[in-house]
Amino acid sequence: MSERIERFEGQGIAVRGNDIDTDRIIPARFMKCVTFAGLGAYAFNDERFDGDGNSKGHPFDDPRFAAHPVLVANANFGCGSSREHAPQALKDYGVRAIVAESFAEIFAGNCSSLGIPAMTMSAADVAELQALIEASPETRIRMDLDAMEITADDRRWAASMPESYRRALLDGSWDSTAVLAEAGDEINSVAQHLPYV
Amino acid sequence: MSGKNLLEKVWDRHKVRTLPSGQDQLFIGLHLIHEVTSPQAFGMLRERGLSVRFPQRTFATADHIIPTDVVDRPFADPLAEDMLKALETNTAEYGITYFGPDSGSQGVVHVVGPEQGLTQPGMTIACGDSHTATHGAFGAIAFGVGTSQVRDILATGTMAISKPKVRRIRVEGTMPQGVGAKDLILSIIGRLGVNGGLGYAYEYGGSAVQQLSMEERMTLCNMSIEGGARVGYVNPDRTTYEWLEGRPYIRDYQAMVDFAEEMKSDEDAAYDDEVVFDAADLKPMVTWGINPGQVVPVDGTLPALEDLPEEERETAERAYSYMGFQPGESMDGRAIDVVFIGSCTNGRLSDLREAAKIARGRRVAEGVRALVVPGSQRVAQAAEREGLDDIFVKAGFQWRQAGCSMCLAMNPDKLQGRELSASTSNRNFIGRQGSPTGRTLLVSPSMAAAAAISGKITDIRKWEAA
Repeated sequence: MSERIERFEGQGIAVRGNDIDTDRIIPARFMKCVTFAGLGAYAFNDERFDGDGNSKGHPFDDPRFAAHPVLVANANFGCGSSREHAPQALKDYGVRAIVAESFAEIFAGNCSSLGIPAMTMSAADVAELQALIEASPETRIRMDLDAMEITADDRRWAASMPESYRRALLDGSWDSTAVLAEAGDEINSVAQHLPYV
Repeated sequence: MSGKNLLEKVWDRHKVRTLPSGQDQLFIGLHLIHEVTSPQAFGMLRERGLSVRFPQRTFATADHIIPTDVVDRPFADPLAEDMLKALETNTAEYGITYFGPDSGSQGVVHVVGPEQGLTQPGMTIACGDSHTATHGAFGAIAFGVGTSQVRDILATGTMAISKPKVRRIRVEGTMPQGVGAKDLILSIIGRLGVNGGLGYAYEYGGSAVQQLSMEERMTLCNMSIEGGARVGYVNPDRTTYEWLEGRPYIRDYQAMVDFAEEMKSDEDAAYDDEVVFDAADLKPMVTWGINPGQVVPVDGTLPALEDLPEEERETAERAYSYMGFQPGESMDGRAIDVVFIGSCTNGRLSDLREAAKIARGRRVAEGVRALVVPGSQRVAQAAEREGLDDIFVKAGFQWRQAGCSMCLAMNPDKLQGRELSASTSNRNFIGRQGSPTGRTLLVSPSMAAAAAISGKITDIRKWEAA
């Protein structure tokens, strides 16, 4: 069993914009690797650095927010390519939890299997949280998977996430291999009854 | 009581159990792997002392990082060489069949699976690549997965996944001349949105879909994920069976047909949603923005921000600024710098034939760089037997070797600077084709070829009439 994740608390980093695809999170040219280690250096590379490697002022390089563990994004975050390199790059950078208006499906699944809670809130609530982070970067954001709510300062917002991901995080079964392997006989039975291979 | 659709039947047949999380544990009948998303998964297996549970259901090829000009080993790029070596070592160690560059059968994983006859109706198919829905063209339930799921499937033959809802997309009538499967899927994404398919599988049906060839059905299913749907499929029929007959891995043709007939959607199947398109209304499509849903008919005009739904305006504004286009403009006549014909979307023999028909006896416009990249070595061999390579080379196109090439630029084929490319691939994301400022217009193979010859986006319907 993996670690149970019931709540997470940390400072925030707001990355604004809808439809941020996984090519933007980790451009394909940085995927030439046989391990995920070190990918964090290239997270959002083309949005962070110009052609000469100088910072363009992206929140990931802004000293007020850099390396904060709670990423707060907008709608359809993580769309496009299925590359797990995207959440792995964010994780390697230091992201431990993500809040957004919505997530692309494969990306949300990848986050769950890495033990990264990916919670959604309404557009208005996300906007409020992003504004709060930008105005007061030191604010600590508390994510509660039991109560499904997010709190910061004296504010409290309702959050949601697919129930299966929530339960996997809560009961520590998000690292799925061991759980799947338990069904050894049932797996063989399904395989034997297929008319192919 | 209504009948069942194909997704429900295939799901029932492959479901191992319901997991404590509420997700299903689904058996994966065919697991396709490639060099980019598998080495980390094999690393995790070794760390945990696990092995590959069903090597006979696992097949590998190399596509993303393969150079398409000179493929001599070792590759000029040491990172690419490391990745290929890792795949060679992993497949050899675990007894996995590998269609490598020396096999004569290497290529883009979604081209190789079908042409080998590995892809069959009624299967569950997973691959660490989001365009895996391509295989749904055969009536398989096929979807992209992340590397942790690649590990799970290698280790157990199964993965945790929630059963999607099914939306039937019915396309009725006959598509006009000059309009193909690429235009159809771009129209669908344009109408339903880039996340309209979230939580859904798309079942494509109706008379226009039944009339599509297998290769066109693959183009259609391929881009399901660009509309947010992880799964897209077409029910199997005679077209499917005839295309598969005689392929290397069709061991028992009749058993395959019987299983397909059992798995295909019942006449009275129920669906969670249905959307209808009239094929006669379709036009050749061109994307203008930074996601595949930002698309217009070639004779249309780019939308004003205020005419778009509010939630699309921010992305549209960013798209206009990135692309350097203005609302009210048309894509027709826009000068391009590069043409890329290939990819898992449009790198098959019929795509190359369609492009060659336009290129034959003509010349690529001055200043335009045009690449034709066959989807697999087998596609390349077939095209060369027909003399398509000769047509392209005489017209001034570069005839390359099989791979993903400029679709995602994990190899030497890349846009430079702000170049504008007419591409038959599937994504026009910012920086997708390898230059952080490069720009992509997604089009069909005939539109791409016409753009290469004329140096600008050209309405293929006028071309064909001319």
